[in-house]
This record gives sequence, C-alpha cells and structure tokens, in this order.
Amino acid sequence: MSTQILMPALSPTMEEGKLAKWLIKEGSRIKPGDVIAEIETDKATMEVESVEEGVISRILIAEGTENVKVNTPIAVVSADGEDKGEASRPNGGGAAHTTAAAARPAAKQEPAQPRPMPRQEPVAAEVSPGGETITQTMREALRDAIAEEMRRDPDVFLMGEEVAQYQGAYKISQGLLDEFGARRVIDTPITEQGFAGVGVGAAFAGLKPIVEFMTWNFAMQAIDQIINSAAKTLYMSGGQMGSPIVFRGPNGAAARVAAQHSQCFSAWYAHVPGLKVVAPSNPADAKGLLKSAIRDPNPVLVLENEILYGASGPVPKVEDWLVPIGKARIAREGTDVTVVSFARGMVYALDAAERLAKEGISAEVIDLRSLRPLDIDTILQSVRKTNRLVTVEEAWPVCSVGSEICAQVAIQAFDYLDAPPAKVSGADVPMPYAANLERLALPNADHVVEAVKSVLYKD
Amino acid sequence: MTEGVAHGARATRTVATPRGPVAEFSRAGELKAYRDMLLIRRFEEKAGQLYGMGFIGGFCHLYIGQEAVVVGMQMAIKPGDQVITTYRDHGHMLACGMDPKGVMAELTGRRGGYSKGKGGSMHMFSKSKAFYGGHGIVGANVPLGAGLAFANKYRGNDHVSLTYFGDGAANQGQVYESFNMAKLWSLPVIFIIENNRYAMGTSVERAAATVDFSHRGASFDIPGEQVDGMDVRAVKAAGDKAVAAARAGKGPYILEMLTYRYRGHSMSDPAKYRTREEVDRVREESDPIERVKKRVVDGGMIKEDELRAIDVEIRGIVNAAAEFAQNDAEPDVAELYTDVFV
Repeated sequence: MSTQILMPALSPTMEEGKLAKWLIKEGSRIKPGDVIAEIETDKATMEVESVEEGVISRILIAEGTENVKVNTPIAVVSADGEDKGEASRPNGGGAAHTTAAAARPAAKQEPAQPRPMPRQEPVAAEVSPGGETITQTMREALRDAIAEEMRRDPDVFLMGEEVAQYQGAYKISQGLLDEFGARRVIDTPITEQGFAGVGVGAAFAGLKPIVEFMTWNFAMQAIDQIINSAAKTLYMSGGQMGSPIVFRGPNGAAARVAAQHSQCFSAWYAHVPGLKVVAPSNPADAKGLLKSAIRDPNPVLVLENEILYGASGPVPKVEDWLVPIGKARIAREGTDVTVVSFARGMVYALDAAERLAKEGISAEVIDLRSLRPLDIDTILQSVRKTNRLVTVEEAWPVCSVGSEICAQVAIQAFDYLDAPPAKVSGADVPMPYAANLERLALPNADHVVEAVKSVLYKD
Repeated sequence: MTEGVAHGARATRTVATPRGPVAEFSRAGELKAYRDMLLIRRFEEKAGQLYGMGFIGGFCHLYIGQEAVVVGMQMAIKPGDQVITTYRDHGHMLACGMDPKGVMAELTGRRGGYSKGKGGSMHMFSKSKAFYGGHGIVGANVPLGAGLAFANKYRGNDHVSLTYFGDGAANQGQVYESFNMAKLWSLPVIFIIENNRYAMGTSVERAAATVDFSHRGASFDIPGEQVDGMDVRAVKAAGDKAVAAARAGKGPYILEMLTYRYRGHSMSDPAKYRTREEVDRVREESDPIERVKKRVVDGGMIKEDELRAIDVEIRGIVNAAAEFAQNDAEPDVAELYTDVFV
C-alpha cells in the first residue's frame, strides 16, 4: 500500500506556499515525527513532519517550487518491502490513500517572501495617476508604516503579544525588534486588559504607544481600558489629558476558526465618541491610515483583516504616504447605484461591480476607510447622484455600520432615494465552524449583485 | 515585612496598628502634615455639606479618616512623581497641591472646575501637578499607573508612580496583570492599597480569601508591607523605603495602608453594615489629625494657639472654595462638544 503526502495548510488562511526544501530523498526511510521538508509562506517558514512510516518511493514536487496549493500531493510513501511501481500509480488498485503531513514552526524565522494568495484579491488603491508605486502586501505596508513612524518619533513604541521575538503572530512586526530593540518592541504577557491599560497610562504620560492585539477578539478583555480610559479621558479632563495611542490588529472573520475568533467589531467601536476607527481594504490605505493613526493625538483603532494581510497592491513610493482619517474614497465611479463598504467587504463590492458592469449596471463603490469619523458627505453626494444605496459588510446586521449609513441616508437624503436601501451583512449568528455553514454566514459578491438588482427592481 | 503583618488578622473590628518604623518629623514636618490633613478634612466636610444642599450631584466619595495615607506618601516623593487613584480622589488632589477652588468647582459642575465641569468628583486631572486622575472604574487605574511608571522607565528618568487603590479593587484581575508586568519589567511603581475595611458595604473578611493585602504580590516576588495608615509618620517611613527602592530601579513595591473611612462609601450610603460604636472607636483612638495634635502639643513642640491659627486659615480657604464653587458659572453650553478630540 502506498500513501500520498499532501501539501499541508500551516494556518487557517493558507492556501498555497513554497516547498522550500526536502530534508529526505527518494528511498529514505521515515517514521512519524521525522521532519521531511520545509515550507515557506509569506508569514513564516514551517517544518513538515511525517505522520507515516515507510520508505519515500517518489518525490512529486521538486524543492524550490513556488505556489504549491494546499492538498497537492508532494511525495509518495510506501510501506516496507513494496516496490516503487505500485506507488507510482497514485490511485492504483484503490489501495492508495492520502494523508496530510503535520506541520510545525521551523526553529528559525526566515525573512518573508511575500506573494499574493488567491483568495486575497487586491483592492485597487487610490494612487495619484502617474505617481511611482511599489507592489506590497498589506502585511508589508503595515510593517513599513510602523517602522517609518518609529524612525521618525522616538516616543513611538510597539507592544503586544508575540510582537518582538516571534516577529508578530501574523508577522506584521517582522524585523522591527532587530531594528529598534527590546526597549521599543515589547513582548507582553497574555494579559490584554493589563497591557492595554499600561499603554493608555504611558500615553497619558505623553508616549505614543502602538498596542497590538493578536486579534480584536481578545480585545474584548481590554474594552474597558479602550473606552473608559482611552476614549473618555480627554473629555473628562476638560481637554487637559489625552491618549495618543493606537490599538491595532486583525478584525473580522478569519477562516474556519469559529465563533470566538471570527467577529467584526466595527460597530462596537464606531459607536464610541472619543475614538477614531479605521478599517483599510488595501495596502496603500493600510500604510497611509496607520501612519496617520500613529501621528494622531487621539486614540485610533486600526481594524485590520487577516484574510487581506497577504493581498498585494500598489503603494505610493513617496517620502511620507499619509491617508487622512475621516475621508472615504470613491473606489469605482458609477451612476446607477451607490455601494458602500469597507475592509474585506470591498472585495465583494468591487467584484460585484465588475460583474454588474457586464450586465450594463454602473455601480459607484465607496470605500469608507474610516468608520469614525464617518464620511457621510461623500455617501450622500453619491446617493444624490445614483438614488440607490447598498451597504456591504461582514459584521452582524443589527446596529451595524450599514445600519447607521442607511439611517443617515434616510434622514438626510430621503427625497433622493428611488428605492429602499439594501444591506448586505454577515448572518445574525455566531460564526459556525463547518465549512458550508461558515460560507453561509458570510457575505459574498453574489449577495451584493442580488442586493443591487433588488434596489434597481431588476430580477 | 514589618511586625505589623501579624496584626492583619481576620475579623479585627478596629484598625490594626502595625508597629512599623515611624519617620521623625521636624517641627515644620509636623506642621505641614497637620495642615495638609486638616485641609482635606475640612474640605471634605464642606463637600458633604454642599452635597446635602444639592450643589453637588451624583456620586461623592469622601476621604475623611484616611488623610494620613495620602499626606504621608506625598511627603515621601518629589515633584514630577506621578499620582493616580480611583474615585475617592479629593484628598489626593489637594495633597498634590491642586487648588481647592478648582476641585470644589468641579464637584459643583462649574466652568472653573479642573475639568471645566465635565468630569465631576470621580474624574479630575492636573497634568501640571502630575495628578493623573481620578478614575471611576474600580481597578482600572492600576494598569494605568503601571503605564505611567512604564513611561518613566522608557524615558530613563528616576520618577516613580504612586498608584492608589482600595481593598475592593485589590480583588480585580487587572491588578494582578499589573503586578506581573510591573515586576517583569521592573517598573518604578508603588502600589498603595488603601484598606479602609469596606468595599462599599462589603467588609474585607466577606470579600477576600486572604485579608493581608501586603502579601498579594508574593507570587510575583513584589515586596509588601502593612502600614499603620492612621499615623502619618508611619506612612512617610514606609513611603520613603518603597520610593527609594523603586527609584533605585528595584521595581514595584506594595504598601497596604490600614486605614478607615468615617463616612459612608458615598454620600448616599447609610453605612448600615457597621456599628456606630465601631466608627466612634476609630475616631477616638486613631484619628490621624488628632494624633498629630496630641503629639506635638503634649510634647511641647507646638503650642495649641499655633494650631488654632492653622484651623482658622484652613476654614478660610475651604469657605472661599465653597463660595467660588457655588457662584461660578456652569460651563458654556458650547463645551458640550469640545474636548472629544484633540
């Protein structure tokens, strides 16, 4: 009997990777736990452990091969004494079965080799026409933003779980410890409420902390410090003492991590006076908004998105790329309907707009970029032109950012509407684990196309 | 540990009095302690009065009985050291040298208050006096205080953060998160637990599995001491030792101040959870102001007339503050939308 070894997924969101190195040869004898290969993604290098016992009869993917999809057969292992002939027929005699190799982090962290992942469609950035750009992932753009601001201002420092020696749970802080040292890139214990409070206290004293939450799900432990201490103190002190602090980390649904690790907090924080909240959809905005956030004398929350971390896009190659907080961006001009979204919702919105264009429907797509302050003027201006509105977000539908936009448009532009607005959102349930249910719980471009047609009274 | 640890026993009905070291006060030191404590006492009595008259609204937590804690600690630090506390904060502000008029006007919600009338009793700040609030959420100021200490260490200065909280807050999880980080990073912070025996209406014995709070840093290897918080000299001595250690880079220190509040948790608390006799006994036996008075007069260091002159001066200051706080204008309505963002 022979068994195929498959390309393993090393994280919930990994879809492909580079088979960097084989540590065995055809003919090698392996047993469970043996390290047989190294695989690189844009986040990390991982070792692949065998879960099989036997002899490697064939290597199917040469080392150095890039973009190997998860679940691609990469080698064949035969039980002792079997000849290579049988093993060379992957489905031979119905005896073959497949096994995914187990993966574990490699001892050494190698520099990232960024490349886009298929599900991470890039969203076009607003870059000045003719201006020079470089192509970067959102991950790299965020790292550069932090590094540039830390070079610029010695009061800026980064703290959070795994930000220093581990180089970031999602590798946003890759290389920062090396450049800035342990004084300014600080690993914290797993103690969200505590280190969020330490960050706010340091901000009261005039420092400019960047506090990373491994994900925003864990920031619920710290929400009292974010709201009661960071957001309100300037007001409560009559303007004497503010909190120049940035809280950042991945927000929203990841992939297959279920209810407690997949949740969008946009509405929670957009609700709070005293906070600024941004949610970029592309690398250029991510860099420009994060740099603006670090310079802002107020508490700013940066809601990033894990699925978008690996998405590439053009980033302006200028000295100081700043995107103003509170200003939406018209990502695609159109005349028939206004589609408003942010963060990963923009992927669905733009995809839908492309498909609608082929059917002769011209959608104007607005990327909010900032959720507080909300650039309602840009939305109203667009709705006055198109007379129709669709909002798109991954969050739960009740009291959501989309709800607020629908309310504002109804209040301020009611006479311009030719149809009731439509909301596309996540399902009103905790995120399920099962793949099929998870798909049903999240919005997609089909939903946006449907919603647009409904407000245009088309079938 | 001082000998006082043994006195932290369960269910004592009076304030325990650990016999730790006491600071030797000069004549000027005794006068300053007396004056500063008396200012807090008279100010708080007046605040209670104004509350009863309807000039002060909402919650108003008086510091009467606990004056020696903040006054003694303040005598142990230098300008630029930070102070942060919870909502029983009027005494801390006055001890930090904040203007009684500005504090009282904040209590009455007037434009001359430290927060322009927008913060109230529990939320007042003075960056110039290094007073960082004034925080209404029990325990939340403790990581903030550790953060102030973090800033000192980051900047490489030798300032320390005095982070005050009560026996109630001492059971909050984030306090221990702060202890851990403070020790891990060797932050210059003194955690001052003002054990006034009641978290609102719940006695320490009913809320805490162990009632010696000076031991609460033991698992983080943070030194802790119980201090007679009704004796300003004992507070000063313990403060000197803890501040010196923190300033020298030895990291955090815990001081449990055994103290007592004479009034209810807030103005609306009838204090039915303890007897009148218990309160009276503390007042008679351990009042921090009377102790100074008796000591200096009986010892012949200061004449009673001199203290009476201070009483008169303090009454004048407090009456002027009350006068200002009652007559100052309310905030301009335009202030509703200011100070949300810088």
